[in-house]
Amino acid sequence: MLEKLQNSRNALGLIFMLPAAVLLLLFLTYPLGLGVWLGFTDAKVGRQGQWIGVENYVFLATDSVTQLALFNTLFYTTIASVLKFFLGLWLALLLNKNIRFKSFFRAVILLPYIVPTALSAIAFWWIFDAQFSIISWVLVKLGVIDVYIDFLGSPWNARFSVIAANVWRGVPFVAITLLAGLQTISPSFYEASAIDGATPWQQFRHVTLPLLTPIIAVVMTFSVLFTFTDFQLIYVITRGGPLNATHLMATLSFQRAISGGALGEGAAISIAMVPFLLAAIMFSYFGLQRRTWQQGGADK
Amino acid sequence: MTEFNRRKFLEGTAGIAAGTALGTGALWAPAVHAQAPSFKPEKGAKLRVLRWSRFVQGDIDAYMVNVKKFIEKTGIEVRVDNEGWEDVRPKAAVAANTGAGPDIILSTNDDANLYPEKLLDVTDLADYLGKKYGGWYPACEAYLRPDGKKWLGIALGAAGAMLVYRQSQVKAAGFDTFPKDTTGFLALCKALHAKGTPAGMALGNATGDGLWCNWLIWSHGGKLVDENNKVVIDSIETFRALEYAKELYATFIPGTLSWLDPNNNKAFLDGQISLTNNGISIYYATKNATDQKVRDLKEDVYHAQYPVGPVGVPTESHLFFNQMIMKYTKYPQAAKEFLRFMMEREQFDPWLTGAGAYIAPPLAEYAKVAIFTSDPKHTPYRDCVKNLRPAGYAGKLGYASAGAAADFIVVNMVAEAASGSKSPKEAMERAQKRAERYYKV
Repeated sequence: MLEKLQNSRNALGLIFMLPAAVLLLLFLTYPLGLGVWLGFTDAKVGRQGQWIGVENYVFLATDSVTQLALFNTLFYTTIASVLKFFLGLWLALLLNKNIRFKSFFRAVILLPYIVPTALSAIAFWWIFDAQFSIISWVLVKLGVIDVYIDFLGSPWNARFSVIAANVWRGVPFVAITLLAGLQTISPSFYEASAIDGATPWQQFRHVTLPLLTPIIAVVMTFSVLFTFTDFQLIYVITRGGPLNATHLMATLSFQRAISGGALGEGAAISIAMVPFLLAAIMFSYFGLQRRTWQQGGADK
Repeated sequence: MTEFNRRKFLEGTAGIAAGTALGTGALWAPAVHAQAPSFKPEKGAKLRVLRWSRFVQGDIDAYMVNVKKFIEKTGIEVRVDNEGWEDVRPKAAVAANTGAGPDIILSTNDDANLYPEKLLDVTDLADYLGKKYGGWYPACEAYLRPDGKKWLGIALGAAGAMLVYRQSQVKAAGFDTFPKDTTGFLALCKALHAKGTPAGMALGNATGDGLWCNWLIWSHGGKLVDENNKVVIDSIETFRALEYAKELYATFIPGTLSWLDPNNNKAFLDGQISLTNNGISIYYATKNATDQKVRDLKEDVYHAQYPVGPVGVPTESHLFFNQMIMKYTKYPQAAKEFLRFMMEREQFDPWLTGAGAYIAPPLAEYAKVAIFTSDPKHTPYRDCVKNLRPAGYAGKLGYASAGAAADFIVVNMVAEAASGSKSPKEAMERAQKRAERYYKV
C-alpha cells in the first residue's frame, strides 16, 4: 500500500501540496470568507451579528464619507502608481548604466523601502507639520514664502502630501525590480539594433520596453495592490483628516470596524475593495502579460 | 439616558454638604451609615487585571504599589496587563462575549454599556463606596448605572482636558482673569490673535483633544441625540454653535484642521500658541524638560475650566475611566474585594497623588485630596468628573454612541463648518445623516 502510494505521482503530488493547501485555507481562504460573511451581518466587535443581506453595502453606497474614501483611494492609487512607475523606471535605467559606485547607489536606493513604514510615516508627519515643517522652514529662510505651508490642513494639499510620502517609499521597490528585469535583457539585442542604426530612444522603445513588459506587469500589479490597500502612512500622518480628505478605504474600514466597533460595516468596506483590486489584476494580466510573442507566437 | 440632572447631582452630593458642615476635622471621616461589605475572596483566587497604559509614570507606579499591598494583605495573586487605551475596547468586548480573559478590566467611556449583561453586578460595592466617600458624581451614574438601579462597574475617574494658557500672553491681550463664559472666551481668542499669539485646538481626527468640539456644541444647547436616542444634531442650537466655531477658528493658528493629539502640545511648548485644550501633561513637560526654553514656560502656564456657554452650566467632555468585573470570573468576591481595596482612601489618595492630578476623582470626597490644592495649577483638573457630560449625551450609551464618537461625526461637523468647507447648515445635515446610521432611524 505504502509502496503503491510512493509510486503514484498523483498521490504524492496531493500529499506534497497538502501543507500549502492547509496554510492557504487556514490563513487566506478562511479570513477572506469570514470577511465576506461579516459584510452581510451587523456584527459588532465581540458580538455575533445577524444576517442583514446587502444592507451594509446599500448604506455604504449612499454614505458620503465612504464615497469620499473611495474617491481618495482611487486618486491616491492612480497618481502614486503612475509617479512610482515613471520614477522607478527612470532610476532603474540610470542604475543599469555603467556608473561609478554602482553597487553603493543600488544599496542606497533601497533605503526608503527598508525603513519601517511607521517610522518613515512619523518622519513625514514632522516634514509636513503645520508648525515645524522643515520644507517650510527652508523656504521661509530662503525668502521664497512668508508663511508656513499648510501641507496637511487643506484637503488637496493633504492628498498630495500623503501621495508624496507613498511615492518616496514605493519607488525603490519598482526601481530595483525593474532593474532586475533590465539585467535579464541580453546585450546582443542592443548590439544588433545599434548595427541597424537604432537611436537610444528607438532602442528603448523597441527593445527595452517590450522585453520589460512582463516584469512591468508584475511590478505594477503589486504596486497598485500595495497602494490601494495602504494604511500605515495615512493612519500615522493624518488619521484620514483633514475633513476625511485622506481617508482611504483601508483606514475607514479600520475606523468603523475596530475603533467604532461596527465589524460588519468595516468588513463590508474591506470587501468593497476586492472588485477594484481584481480589476487591477485582470488589467495587468490580460493587458500586459499575455503577449503571444512571449509564448513563442507572433505578435499581432 | 438615565435621569441626569441637577436634582440627581444634589442628591448624590448631599453627603459632601453634610461632611463639610462637620468641619475640616471630619474631612476623612467615613459616613456612619457606610458599612464595609463583607467580600470573602474565594480560596486560591487569582486575578488578572487588564488596564489602559499609563499616561504618566506616577500613575502606574502608585497603582502597582497598591496592587502589591493587596497581594501582601490577602495572599491573592494579581497580574496586571497594560494596553494602549484605544486597544482595550476591542479586547474587552471580545473577552466579554467569548467569556474568557481578564477578571477585571479598566476601560474607557461607554464600554460597560456595550455588554451590560456580561458584567458582574457591583451595586453593593458601589453603594458602599458612594456612601462612604460623599457620593458618586452624576456622570458616573450615567455611565455605570444606566437603569438607575444596578451598577455595571465602578467608576475610576477621568483624564481631564482643560484650557491651558500662557498667563503673560493672556494679560498682554488685555485679560487679567480667564473668561468664564463663551462670549468672553471668543473675545480673548480674538485679542490673542490680534497680538500675534494665537490659540489653537485640534480639528483633525484627534481622539482625545478633539473632545472640545463636544463642549462647543453642548455649551450652545446642541446635542447629537435626545433622551430617546433620536438624532437632533440638525438644530438651531447647533447652528449657533457652528457660527461661533467659525469665529473661533478664524483666531486659531493655521493648520489646526490637520492637528492630531500631539500637535497642540508641540506647538504650545514651542511657544507658537498661547492657548489650547489639553491634559495636565503640558505643565508636566515644562516641569520636567531638559530644554531651558521649555522649563522657562513653567511659571507662565496656567489652567482654566472650559467657559460656560448660553446653556448656563458646565458642559465638559473628558475621557472617562471605569472598572468592570467580568461575569465569567471564577473569583467574583476576590475581584470585588480588590476593587474595594483599591478605591479605599488609603490606596486611592496615594494613587491620585502619584498620577499628579492627571486623573480627576469620581467620588466627591476625593476632591479633597491634597494633590489638587498643593499646586493651585492642579485645581482646575479636580472637577473634571463633576462637570463631565458622557459621550453620547443626552441619549442612552451603547454601540451607537461609541460608533458615532469613533467616527468623529461631531469633530468633522465642527471642522467643516469652522473652516468654511461647508456651511453650518450643510455640516449639520451631513452630521445628522451620519449619526442616524448609528442610531438606526
